[in-house]
Amino acid sequence: MADNALFGIHGAALEVRAQRMGMLASNIANASTPGFKAKDVDFRAALAGAERGGNVDSSIERNTLYRLPLQPSMDGNTVELVTEQTAFAENAVAYQTTLAFLNGRISTINRALKGE
Amino acid sequence: MPAPMSIFEVSGRAMSAQLVRMNTTASNLANAGAVATTQDAAYRTMKPVFRTSFDAASGLATVDAREIVKAGEAPAKRYDPSNPLADPEGNVWEAAVDEPRELVDMLDAARTYQNNVEVMSTTKSLITETLRLGR
Repeated sequence: MADNALFGIHGAALEVRAQRMGMLASNIANASTPGFKAKDVDFRAALAGAERGGNVDSSIERNTLYRLPLQPSMDGNTVELVTEQTAFAENAVAYQTTLAFLNGRISTINRALKGE
Repeated sequence: MPAPMSIFEVSGRAMSAQLVRMNTTASNLANAGAVATTQDAAYRTMKPVFRTSFDAASGLATVDAREIVKAGEAPAKRYDPSNPLADPEGNVWEAAVDEPRELVDMLDAARTYQNNVEVMSTTKSLITETLRLGR
């Protein structure tokens, strides 16, 4: 999937971004659950793994790590809303960027096919 | 076989868990200052118990309010013979509600709820944009 001739790396990137969005949403959902440990994907490593190995899902699984809290709370919860919100916003913007790249590719091909 | 969890389910269930928390806080605050004749009849603070629910198929995790428990301190005895609810010794039992703590809890529940709403609307707009891909 990563060496897709039409979309290049962007198909795999979109998949990693989508999975990361779910993971960050899970963290935010569990912001007040005692003992919950926040997780996140190392995007760069996950995408590099997907480029080498080809399977995006297993690469994401290998590169998912527990978040190290800046200030651990007494109930064992490691979700820090500031961190999670920032990461979620950044991830959403990056997702939109990838969508823009994909749209660019599609319109390029469309134009070539129509011979404009 | 249940369908794999979606981000909407993650945020939606977290929102209903926070709503349960908000409801218990409202009940606690409404009953603050209430008195009763016996210790057993006096109001005690209610709290929801949150538990993470993992979904192995999608790797997502959401939260549920599993049960509601009576928590906090025991009702306090106060001597007030003129109160119509007083027992033969002239004592009433006051509801055990820590008001500042309940207010803080209410603010936290509201903020977490808003966060989940934000996650849901961002996800919705990104999915709609993905569906429009190439148009």
